[in-house]
Amino acid sequence: MNHTIADTAVHASRAKITMQYKWGISEALFRRLLYFAGLILVVLLAAIFFSLAIASFPALRQFGFSFLIGKTWDPVRGEFGAFAFLVGTLMSSFMALLISTVFSLPVSIFLGEYFRHGNVSTFMKSVIELLAGIPSVIYGFWGLFLLVPLVRALETKLGVAPQGVGIFTSSLVLAVMIIPYASSIGTEVISLVPSDLKEAALSLGATRFEVIRKIVLPYAYSGIFAGILLALGRALGETMAVTMVIGNSNFLPKSIFSPGNTMASIIANEFTEATGSLYLASLIELALVLFIVTTIINISGKLIIRKMSTGK
Amino acid sequence: MGKIETSVHRRIWIDKFFKGLIILLSLGSIVPMLLILFLITKNGISVVNWEFLSQLPKPVGEIGGGISNAILGTLWLILLSFIFSVPLGIFAGIFLSEYRAGRLAYLTSLSIEILQGIPSIVIGIIAYVWVVLPMGSFSALSGGVALGIMMLPVIVMATAETLKLIPDSLREASLALGVSYPRTIMKVILPAGLSGILSGILLGIARVTGETAPLLFTAFGSPFMNQNILKPINSLPLTIFNYATSPYPEWHTLAWGASFVLITFVLGLNLITKLVTKKWKVQF
Repeated sequence: MNHTIADTAVHASRAKITMQYKWGISEALFRRLLYFAGLILVVLLAAIFFSLAIASFPALRQFGFSFLIGKTWDPVRGEFGAFAFLVGTLMSSFMALLISTVFSLPVSIFLGEYFRHGNVSTFMKSVIELLAGIPSVIYGFWGLFLLVPLVRALETKLGVAPQGVGIFTSSLVLAVMIIPYASSIGTEVISLVPSDLKEAALSLGATRFEVIRKIVLPYAYSGIFAGILLALGRALGETMAVTMVIGNSNFLPKSIFSPGNTMASIIANEFTEATGSLYLASLIELALVLFIVTTIINISGKLIIRKMSTGK
Repeated sequence: MGKIETSVHRRIWIDKFFKGLIILLSLGSIVPMLLILFLITKNGISVVNWEFLSQLPKPVGEIGGGISNAILGTLWLILLSFIFSVPLGIFAGIFLSEYRAGRLAYLTSLSIEILQGIPSIVIGIIAYVWVVLPMGSFSALSGGVALGIMMLPVIVMATAETLKLIPDSLREASLALGVSYPRTIMKVILPAGLSGILSGILLGIARVTGETAPLLFTAFGSPFMNQNILKPINSLPLTIFNYATSPYPEWHTLAWGASFVLITFVLGLNLITKLVTKKWKVQF
């Protein structure tokens, strides 16, 4: 009897010891571990920035600011000017933004105002979500086999050289790809508009359209703008879909139909073939520019949204 | 009187027209999605069979051949990126929800937001500079690093957002019973938010599975079956890119098949995520 009690006591103290051993990492250590995990992410971001800066240093030193305005990109002669890609990126992204806003804004109004709940809304939201989930290489493939022939037919009709691939085609693909981003943020901010404002206007006899035009859109304006800004950030850095349909030409595009290259697509095309440190550094400098531009755009977009959702 | 009536009629008419226009354009914006799904199913489903899934690719000109190495490579890359991102991501997520007001937490969440917006091709270059250059060759490992960096923000955000929803009373009850702080976090708080974290992981996997750009100069692609993570490895998106941009019609057919497999996998993951979130919603 005594024996068993003593046994149990020993057993219990052993269990306690193992428990302490297992979870005995002290609170201080655990907290330090958590802190460390948070710190790693900050270090990771800083490391990304500095790695890009260091790796592109040869090009930064050689060309300085003229890298961005130089018009020739000639790896054979060692001349690297990124102006053509800058123009290609801006043209394709802004055209995509223009086209996609025509669709994303109505989707936002549809989901944020007309159909806020119910089956129609659920269906639409799921489809938009799926649209965001399709891999970009599949968008590119689809663009290559469906849009390129269509654009070629259009070009023949317009009397432009019928190539099919080009900046216009890539804007079309991009436009489809960024609809989900702009529209989901738009939907959110439109449904944030206080209903007493809308009801006040309705009770004065305004129609739904007038409420949307004079109350909802002005109220949600900055948020919608932020959504479009974030979509722009996506479009600027999108690589695969653009690479597959833009035609990959290193010359300054002459019209919206001419083939070109964006900063992302030139990296995708030439990085593995880049010989020589200056060539590689020039491509990495393009990545650095992309990194800085998309970061600025993302942060400003998010700041606008935060300001809006926490009230003015 | 008549004048007012016509003006009211006009306003009502404009209202109706506007609503119709909105509905029309909204439906118009999902047309591309339906076209993509239709085209890939139509061209892809007839290609997919057991041989296609289990064989290695064949050289140009020979009929047949499959994508088994790409499927396996994709799974390898997912596994590697999982290892690199999930433990760190969950810990960072706990950190963000535990130390909301701190200065480091602010910096961390800012870094996460910036990381999330970095174009995938830039991440590819980073993995190239960090892993491929020092090791001297393209490798599955470097691809895993690139995809891990892309997955990280998704997991951190999901973990932090989920854990913030868990009420303090749960933690207080556990602490009041004498349970240590680490154990309270690991055994009470984390399990309570498991579904949110799980759906974050699934979303992260879905996001990186379709990524091509970061793999172009890291995993690089390979026509062989490869199990060595220090050697180049193939992946589904890379296969689609290489086959789709090739001039050979037989390869285009293979690309449709591979697209069908990839899209089934990615959209399937998205659906499962939705079900997980719906079924085990974090609710208190």
